[in-house]
Amino acid sequence: MYKYLLCWRYLRSRYIALASIVSVTLGVATMIVVNAVMAGFAREMQQRLHNILSDVVLESHSLEGFRDPEWHMELMQRAAGDDIERMVAAVHVPAMLSFQYGGRGEWITRPVTLIGIDDEAPEQAAEFRQYLQHPQNRKQFSFRLRDGGYDVYDHQAQDRGTPRPEMRHAGWTHRRRMAELRRAAAQFGRQSPDASSQQGAHDHRAAEDEQSSTPSVPDDAELRGGDTARPAQRPSRAARSADPFARGGTERRFDPRTEQHTGLVMGIGLASFRLEGTDRFLLLPGDDVRLTFPTAGTPPRAVDDTFTIVDFYESKMSEYDSSLVFVPLRRLQELRGMIEPETGIGYVTSIQIKLKPGRELNQVRDKLRALFPPQLYSVSTWRDKQGALLAAVHMETAILNVLLFLIIAVAGFGILAIFFMIVVEKTRDIGILKSLGAGGRGIMGIFLFYGLLLGLVGSGAGMVLGLAFTQNINAIADALGRLTGRPVFDPDIYYFYEIPALIEWPTVTWIVLGALGIAALASVLPARRAARLHPVEALRYE
Amino acid sequence: MSEAVRSTRSAAASSHVEAAASYRQTGRTASGRRIQLEARGLKKSYFKAGHEIPVLRGVNLTVQQGEFLAVIGQSGSGKSTLLHLLATLDGADAGEVWLDGMRIDNLPRRRRDALRNRKLGMIFQFYHLLPELTALENVLAPLMIAHGLWSWLRHRRSHVQNARRLLEQVGLGQRWQHLPRELSGGEMQRTAIARALAPGPAVLLADEPTGNLDQHTGAEIMQLLRSLNRQHGLTIVMVTHDLANAQQAHRVVRLVEGRIESA
Ligand SMILES: Nc1ncnc2c1ncn2[C@@H]1O[C@H](COP(=O)(O)OP(=O)(O)O)[C@@H](O)[C@H]1O
Ligand SMILES: [Mg+2]
Repeated sequence: MYKYLLCWRYLRSRYIALASIVSVTLGVATMIVVNAVMAGFAREMQQRLHNILSDVVLESHSLEGFRDPEWHMELMQRAAGDDIERMVAAVHVPAMLSFQYGGRGEWITRPVTLIGIDDEAPEQAAEFRQYLQHPQNRKQFSFRLRDGGYDVYDHQAQDRGTPRPEMRHAGWTHRRRMAELRRAAAQFGRQSPDASSQQGAHDHRAAEDEQSSTPSVPDDAELRGGDTARPAQRPSRAARSADPFARGGTERRFDPRTEQHTGLVMGIGLASFRLEGTDRFLLLPGDDVRLTFPTAGTPPRAVDDTFTIVDFYESKMSEYDSSLVFVPLRRLQELRGMIEPETGIGYVTSIQIKLKPGRELNQVRDKLRALFPPQLYSVSTWRDKQGALLAAVHMETAILNVLLFLIIAVAGFGILAIFFMIVVEKTRDIGILKSLGAGGRGIMGIFLFYGLLLGLVGSGAGMVLGLAFTQNINAIADALGRLTGRPVFDPDIYYFYEIPALIEWPTVTWIVLGALGIAALASVLPARRAARLHPVEALRYE
Repeated sequence: MSEAVRSTRSAAASSHVEAAASYRQTGRTASGRRIQLEARGLKKSYFKAGHEIPVLRGVNLTVQQGEFLAVIGQSGSGKSTLLHLLATLDGADAGEVWLDGMRIDNLPRRRRDALRNRKLGMIFQFYHLLPELTALENVLAPLMIAHGLWSWLRHRRSHVQNARRLLEQVGLGQRWQHLPRELSGGEMQRTAIARALAPGPAVLLADEPTGNLDQHTGAEIMQLLRSLNRQHGLTIVMVTHDLANAQQAHRVVRLVEGRIESA
């Protein structure tokens, strides 16, 4: 009984011991915060990755793809139909995106990953739709350009984002205005021959756009993208609308004020850049761009076509936002020659498979793997695809945890030192207790219990501190930002509007238990020393 | 006034006390009574830097029940060493210690701890109170040591009552909430005496109880010890270097050159 009373009194009368556990408190608090933030990041990233990538994907090793996706789907359905919710075929192909900024400036060319998606497939990826910028498109997607009404405020930002004023004009409004401007500029260019070379090129480009319903094998000049070499006037190449929706119209002039090319959804990072915290756009929905990509034949040749941007894709994973471009699957297959002329059966390069909830990813993957020769196909889960990234996050978390736990271990040595001091200071009291009949165990109990109590206080305070910090992490970051005049967490850099934090109770429990364990362990040696003190020597101790 | 002491005592011990008290009232001397504490041929040496320093060279001592024995000796003559051996706080090189007809110096450590807790009360020159505990808690300390948490909580009220009564008996009825540093030397020694009495011991071992006190206060403490001996038949072994104090005891022996001589 006396042990509890005594160590309670020691706790209250010796503030130096409390000082020794401040580092435990800070260590525990930091570990909780870091783990919460890392878990938040990991969860956010996983969610995004998983939304972007389907559960399992069957891919061809070749850009040529494989014939007849329906047959493949049927095969998979038979093998693992119970696990599969739905399957969607797609074509992935590397491509070059070219566009002219502002209608008059330089041509900008960027490498992209072009994805043909089946916009008529019923459930066409709800995950894909949710990242689009037009509210209507998020409900019911189509590759048609909308009149307007694109989000000016990022719908994912929860009123923390800065507005994107340029998006106000996006859509047909923008397209008509640009067309008028071009027309006016073209007329002006004709009057002043000096300016004609650039503008003429653009004119030609427009003219060429108009005739590209069949995949054209471009001549060398086109491949170089240096249309300047072409004569500006070649009206003989009669224009046909490239717009799949307007198709069927026979030879007639394409009017960019009322017609669109094939629709295209572009990663927002390809069309914009960040400047002082706001997004500035090089392109808007309504603008036209050119895509150049290889055909499916051997050897592949480059084909190109003009597309009209109908929306932006913003998953907040910059890797995807700055590389993905989506076009209608059928159109891409046509352009790449992926449709057998006799049968009309198409080729695709991948089949995205969504599983029913709760299915074991790897199990299904292995089942499907057995169906196809691995020389030609690969079957992988989204985790396989982003394994390196996820592993990196886990690795980082693990390393941080090791480092932070070392801090607590250092605190343990502080406790050890201070406990030895206290034992020395209490030598005579220990002698007194022994003269009163206290056993070694009881004396040891005093200091062990004392250590445990200190650990409890320290890690308890750390837990409260850490949880409070995590709960208010964004408010704290804001306040710090205001104080220092520079944002602590800059959404420009991270593409998150808030610091994501996820408190995982098992982790918190482990941290607190670990700190408690260290405090208790640190008190074992001093406590044993106290227990082994010789009573007479302790009594005589001055 | 005797309730506090008696009530904390085992039935066996209290019967001895009564016997001793009645015995004294008949006016007979202490000799011929039952032997309570006995040292037989105790030897103890310290070793310092390879040299043997013999302190006790064969101490024989018998203390009878209800006796107040004073051991006088110069400073450094080994008085404290002798008391520590009697209390089994230290082991002798040779010799035996007997308490109530039982050899106690060779008992296992836990038995000795329990014995020290229940049967042997100790007081010291420097009081040796626990500085973090109040006077009352200091008095309760041996009881807390004797009891586990649950049995302590169950008997707490009666323990506290007894401790309060003991404090009253040593003249500190109002000071029970004070910490040792808020008490004078005499008051601390009274608290220490109350603590030693709390479990109802058979023998009180006092190591120069007045050594650190002025003459007047020391006399008061001696008065208290004498009255405890007289009224409750408490067996007391007191070591001191002060002949005047020693002469208040029933019997005085002298510790010279590691041996006992009768004075
Ligand atoms: N741990 C020790 N090591 C060496 N010598 C000691 C030790 N403890 C006591 N002594 C010596 O033993 C002798 C007796 O000491 P002590 O019993 O304290 O004497 P007293 O209490 O009569 O003053 C002293 O000379 C002292 O120096
Ligand atoms: Mg001494």
